[in-house]
Amino acid sequence: MSDASISHAPPPRRTVARGALLSTLFEGLCFSAATALLAALSGLLIALFIGGWPAIKKFGFSFITTVTWNPVTEVYGAAGPIVGTLITSGLALLMALPVAAGVAFFLTELCPAPLRRPIGTAVELLAGIPSIVYGMWGLFIFAPLFAKWVERPLMAAAPPGSIWETLTLGIPNGSGILAASIILAIMILPFMAATLRDLLMTVPPAVRESAYGLGSTTSEVVMKVTLPYVRRGAIGAVMLGLGRALGETMAVTFIIGNSHDFPTSLFASGSTIASTIANEFTEATSDVHLAALIALGLVLFVITFAVLALARLLLGHQGDKA
Amino acid sequence: MLKTLGVALGAALLAGVGTLAQAASISGAGATFPAPVYAKWAEGYKAATGTNLNYQSIGSGGGIRQITANTVDFGATDKPLKPDDLAANNFVQFPTVIGGVVPVVNLPGIKAGQIKLTGAQIADIYRGVIKKWNDPLLVKTNPGVPLPNLPITVVHRSDGSGTTFIFTTFLASKAPRWASQVGANDAVAWPVGLGGKGNEGVAAFVKQTEGSIGYVEYAYAATNNLIYTQVQNKAGQFVSPTASAFAAAASGAKWQSAPGFYLLLIDQPGAASWPISGATFILLHKDQKNGKDVLKFFEWAYKNGDAAASSLSYVPLPAAVKDLIRKTAWSQVK
Repeated sequence: MSDASISHAPPPRRTVARGALLSTLFEGLCFSAATALLAALSGLLIALFIGGWPAIKKFGFSFITTVTWNPVTEVYGAAGPIVGTLITSGLALLMALPVAAGVAFFLTELCPAPLRRPIGTAVELLAGIPSIVYGMWGLFIFAPLFAKWVERPLMAAAPPGSIWETLTLGIPNGSGILAASIILAIMILPFMAATLRDLLMTVPPAVRESAYGLGSTTSEVVMKVTLPYVRRGAIGAVMLGLGRALGETMAVTFIIGNSHDFPTSLFASGSTIASTIANEFTEATSDVHLAALIALGLVLFVITFAVLALARLLLGHQGDKA
Repeated sequence: MLKTLGVALGAALLAGVGTLAQAASISGAGATFPAPVYAKWAEGYKAATGTNLNYQSIGSGGGIRQITANTVDFGATDKPLKPDDLAANNFVQFPTVIGGVVPVVNLPGIKAGQIKLTGAQIADIYRGVIKKWNDPLLVKTNPGVPLPNLPITVVHRSDGSGTTFIFTTFLASKAPRWASQVGANDAVAWPVGLGGKGNEGVAAFVKQTEGSIGYVEYAYAATNNLIYTQVQNKAGQFVSPTASAFAAAASGAKWQSAPGFYLLLIDQPGAASWPISGATFILLHKDQKNGKDVLKFFEWAYKNGDAAASSLSYVPLPAAVKDLIRKTAWSQVK
């Protein structure tokens, strides 16, 4: 209470001095927060490199080009998990993007006002569900239903000898590349929908309303006015969703089937970089095994960094324009 | 006001440090398999003596690394260290409880214990050589059992695990081809099949896939009433996985002639022995400063913890083995 009475009547000179001091302190704090982040990031990169060095030294470039992953003979090649990561993330993005865009358009253009907040909150809540929950739901609820209603009918319908038969080869028990991709899509959907909605909200009402005033339909407004307006930002949002899909661990581990080979069909087992690390890190006793897992982490770091850098680049342009 | 808050905070901090210093506690880290029983023992030990035991189930690999780096008072591992490694690190190693691995299947109309498998057959199934349930080899050991004309789906653990180590060691001991082509480890390059994460992941895939076979820890199979198979032991008998079959394997084992208790309970003698058993182990330094406190906890657990272990479907060590551990392992701790 005494603090409050002081601040009511401060001596002017002291305020300036105190203000300047606070300002310097604030700047210093902000600067150290930013550099600490940078230091943590580079420290992480260096630690991953040092930790993975024994494996990188031993296997060289073949680490990312060979498929063998054998903890008994200590031969490690990460091509299987790398391809699995890229395929599942790509498929997830393909599935999640149209739905996320639909949700965002509905919320900004079509949604009746009383529904806007509940739906918006639900989307944000979905984005906050821990991935292990998606994993357990995927394994115990989704997988049996997926096997019964999607995998078996698709396998039965595939004409013998066609590419569809090759794509649907496998054990129809609800696990595998496609199932993991769908779970991933569900996980990144709310994140992308929320970001896209926020982006569409930044379109000035005057722009949108002029388009309506010229007699455009809702779909024309979305396709020709608001979406082009936020295009670069929207690509950035998609990249961030992809970044999340690349590093997703637990949900995928539960459902992907965890085979280190190249996935040969949509229903085949595969693995991702993150799932392999999660699976084997706790019990990896040999040095090379541990180093190989850390080197895998480095590969994922590089892939994710490339994706995020791309997003940063695109978002940067959006910033210039605004 | 701020000042008052500061004083209060400082006082709270001091008080916190004080209580930390007062309560004696033991810390351990390692294998996830025995974590539930260690937690239950810790609860009982705290009630009996007031000493806390803090066990982090971070995996066997982590347990070995932590005790090597002296960041915990004991490490726990499912895969025992070889006598050479023990000597190099000045470690004492001893077992605490016994568990084992149980093959489980999902076949229409087949009940628990109805199917009989030999080690060589399981190895051929996991190598992808036996592909169908009505394979003549399987029919031969299962006369009268309606084995269906279904493809066999192999399910294994995807995570590195002591369970996989015991299982693959058993297969390697029974099938030379398995030993040369796949080998035995916490994680191996599986020739066929799909991997589930943890016991629950394997069990879920087996449950969802008709014609599948998987393997889980005995404790998990027992508490979830899974459809297990019988397995042939060294004496040629087909046995079911029961607590007494694991105890028989532990009693039949020659612990006396295993330096550092480096012994896998694979294929032990005895007509009633379950062939795929294994103990879980504790590691500590011979000369660490609170080694005696750690042993006090395990002495209490050996004396009072058997009922708790059994209730969680672990198999306690036979009394003779406990005595041997006290005499040969614990006496080395200074």
